Amino acid sequence: MNEMTETATEAAVNAAASNRSVKMRGDKVGVFYGEKQALFDVDLDIYEHEVTALIGPSGCGKSTFLRCLNRMNDTIDGCRVTGKLTLDSENIYDPKIDVVELRARVGMVFQKPNPFPKSIFENIAYGPRIHGLVKSKGDLDEVVAISLQKAGLFEEVKDRLNEPGTGLSGGQQQRLCIARAIAVSPEVILMDEPCSALDPIATAKVEELIDELRENYTIVIVTHSMQQAARVSQRTAMFHLGNLVEVDATDVIFTNPSDPKTQDYITGRYG
Amino acid sequence: MSEHTVTAFDDDLKFITRKVVEMGGHAESMIARAIAALVKGDKALAEAIVAEDLVLDSLQYELDERIIVILAKRQPVATDLREIIGAMRMGNDLERIGDMGKNIARRTKEIDDIVHPRKVVRGLEHLTNLTLEQLKEVLDAYVNKDVQKANEVCDRDDEIDQIYTSLFRELLTYMMEDPRNITFCTHLLFCAKNIERIGDHATNIAETVIYMVTGKSAISTHGTRAE
Amino acid sequence: MTDIADQSVSTAAATTGRSLLQRGEHAKRRAASETRFRMLGLVAVMIGILAVVGLLASILSNGVSSFFQTYVTVDIYLNPAKLDKTGNRDPEALQKVTTFAYAPLISAAVEKLIETHGIEIEGLKPKDAAKIISKEAPASVRNYVLAHPSKIGETVKFDLLADGRVDGYYKGRVTMDSAKLDRNISPERLELADKLKHAGVLKTRFNWSFFTAPDASDTRPEAAGLGVAILGSAYMMIIVLVLSLPLGVAASIYLEEFAVQNFFTDIIEVNIANLAAVPSIVFGILGLAIFINFAGLPQSAPIVGGLVLTLMTLPTIIIATRAALKAVPPSIREAALGVGASKMQATFHHVLPLAMPGILTGTIIGLAQALGETAPLLLIGMVAFVREFPGAPPEGFFDPASALPVQVYNWTTRGDPAFVERASGAIIVLLVFLIIMNGLAIMLRRRFERRW
Repeated sequence: MNEMTETATEAAVNAAASNRSVKMRGDKVGVFYGEKQALFDVDLDIYEHEVTALIGPSGCGKSTFLRCLNRMNDTIDGCRVTGKLTLDSENIYDPKIDVVELRARVGMVFQKPNPFPKSIFENIAYGPRIHGLVKSKGDLDEVVAISLQKAGLFEEVKDRLNEPGTGLSGGQQQRLCIARAIAVSPEVILMDEPCSALDPIATAKVEELIDELRENYTIVIVTHSMQQAARVSQRTAMFHLGNLVEVDATDVIFTNPSDPKTQDYITGRYG
Repeated sequence: MSEHTVTAFDDDLKFITRKVVEMGGHAESMIARAIAALVKGDKALAEAIVAEDLVLDSLQYELDERIIVILAKRQPVATDLREIIGAMRMGNDLERIGDMGKNIARRTKEIDDIVHPRKVVRGLEHLTNLTLEQLKEVLDAYVNKDVQKANEVCDRDDEIDQIYTSLFRELLTYMMEDPRNITFCTHLLFCAKNIERIGDHATNIAETVIYMVTGKSAISTHGTRAE
Repeated sequence: MTDIADQSVSTAAATTGRSLLQRGEHAKRRAASETRFRMLGLVAVMIGILAVVGLLASILSNGVSSFFQTYVTVDIYLNPAKLDKTGNRDPEALQKVTTFAYAPLISAAVEKLIETHGIEIEGLKPKDAAKIISKEAPASVRNYVLAHPSKIGETVKFDLLADGRVDGYYKGRVTMDSAKLDRNISPERLELADKLKHAGVLKTRFNWSFFTAPDASDTRPEAAGLGVAILGSAYMMIIVLVLSLPLGVAASIYLEEFAVQNFFTDIIEVNIANLAAVPSIVFGILGLAIFINFAGLPQSAPIVGGLVLTLMTLPTIIIATRAALKAVPPSIREAALGVGASKMQATFHHVLPLAMPGILTGTIIGLAQALGETAPLLLIGMVAFVREFPGAPPEGFFDPASALPVQVYNWTTRGDPAFVERASGAIIVLLVFLIIMNGLAIMLRRRFERRW
């Protein structure tokens, strides 16, 4: 009975979003850390040119799922992923897949701004350089400038590209990290609580940026701030104890969620 | 539904519910007494009811103030948001109902010296009782978050409309019988119209209750919004 | 003023029942124990400082004098009749003339010196007068002649080492009283030395040869120098650096960044930690058994010493490097991986540069430790008496050599008190090297850290 309603809602959601094509699709994705299962059979579609927000209480598996999307979980010892995750219908956990290539197409921005302890220029130039995306110094300059412009940081830093990236303010650092991710021309950008270390004004700037980036990229964002999920995303997925509880248009989730767990979580009744 | 982690939020919501119920009780009693004053021609009572409307207005003011503070401070979503927005709408409806009561009381002062046929007044009383019953039901539905009951209220509104229409015809007949009845009957007609409007407000409230509980607007469940 | 304060106290007491200005019993006890602990710490630090100051003072007071040496300026007639009987300056023939032939020349020169300055000392036999000159002198004159055969037949001015006892006389080690009992010196000779000093012929000046000369035998402390030891230590440090830095860093990077955490790597980790705690003499035995007895490498050679010290230094470097790698925030690795760097790129482009100061500091401290290590070197024969300088690397690595700490040990075991002074001097040299290396470590760390 329960299963029936679930598939019904899913179908409705898919129908509503049918004008968008699926960029990434999770099919019964499970994650194990050693013996412990952290994620249970998650079926989640990420639509192109949309911001998908993953919400849920701490330890619910939303970050784990996010890190599956560009195989950052590979760096953790004893982490095992089951099920199927596709990017443009290619299984990203196929043994033949080159992880480095995947990560160039699915970029990531982390919770704490983590610029390299190098100059602003070097921070952005690093990605294109290791992927051999640029032929000449002129090309590289251009890529850096464009990436900074897209991240809305160019005007603020254009006169000090050779100064250390770590000398910027927290919000600028995070936008630098976004620019760094953009520089390798990814298709999907994953953001793991990108604003949790920022003040409200810096947060607003990053949120504005996310909304602008939606035009050219597909974005998946994990956030602890329900308001943020409501503000920036078009679709929201609610995780709880490693399960995907509910996924729906953000407008629906925040006015009339169908699952009581979502209801309790977003209204502040959880725990 | 379980409690909020922030218990002050629960207190806020309880406050709102209490205010709405208080307004509802107040509006109910105003209407009941206004009709009683009309029937008995009690001028003093009518006077008191007109003054009483201020109390209802200030209750609504309190409710709105609290709601604005809650919206600013707590940024409610989902059920909480619907509950708060619903309370705001209901406050509006109840305040309008109070205004209707005041209107009836004012008319009572105008028509006290005119002799009126019992039969006509009885029809009005019946309409009023039915409407008040609706109001009571809908407030019950609100307190108990009872969609079933709210739906019933919506469905019964047609009945009130029918009674109003028949009362309207009756009054029209009286006026045609004897032009001296025209003044009195017109007043009575307006009162009946007011009562009928109260019924509509009750239906509005019922729809609000349905929205609050289910998250679906009356348009999607009933097709049209009652006028 | 006081009134106001008192009032505020009373009001505070009135409102809360207690005042911040009055300490309770518990607070007093706590404050007292805090004061006690602070005093204890201060005393501990003072003891430490006193120990260091005492140590330095004793070494400096004993050792500084070894940097100065007494010399006698003598005009020596290089008599061709004695040195070159054939007269054709044939180098092979000159080689055959031993130092015994040179000694009379020096004696004659000293006699002449006494004569020219008109010095007369009662009871001083002319034969003994020359004994104020070091027994090393004939050898140095001979070396000069072999290098400049054309000078034979001329009179050449030499700065010859004074005898160790005469030198000791000017450093307060030898007195007139002790000279009476000493077979190697007599008060008359000291008197002669005094007179010569007065005449400006005998001088005490800075002793460069202490750093350049090789070791000397028991009877010639005045000639003993650290040259071979410094060179030997330098060779070993080069070997240790070249071997242990790449090995240690590679091992650390592998263990820290790439190795999977399992039983096997756990065992390796435990062993590395244990290896760091193994007494250094055990490494000496290992070196003796493996490098000398099994591999057949020469004894007393810097290559063996370097290998043994490398084994000893490796755990230190690995532990320091791993700590430095661990200290690099994981966010940097994630950032690099996030833009699509491979694990190796992330490590070599980002993690390693950030860990560099720590790695270098660990390496230099490991080297400093190796520089001061004595026990394992004793076992592999570096304590041998070596007068020949080792050749230029890489062949020189296989020549016998000494090492600074071993030289210190060696000198302290000799009878002549002049060697104790030399040993203290060598310790000062060793300490200066260690201070320079530690300074280098601090400087490197500062420099790398200041970059951002």
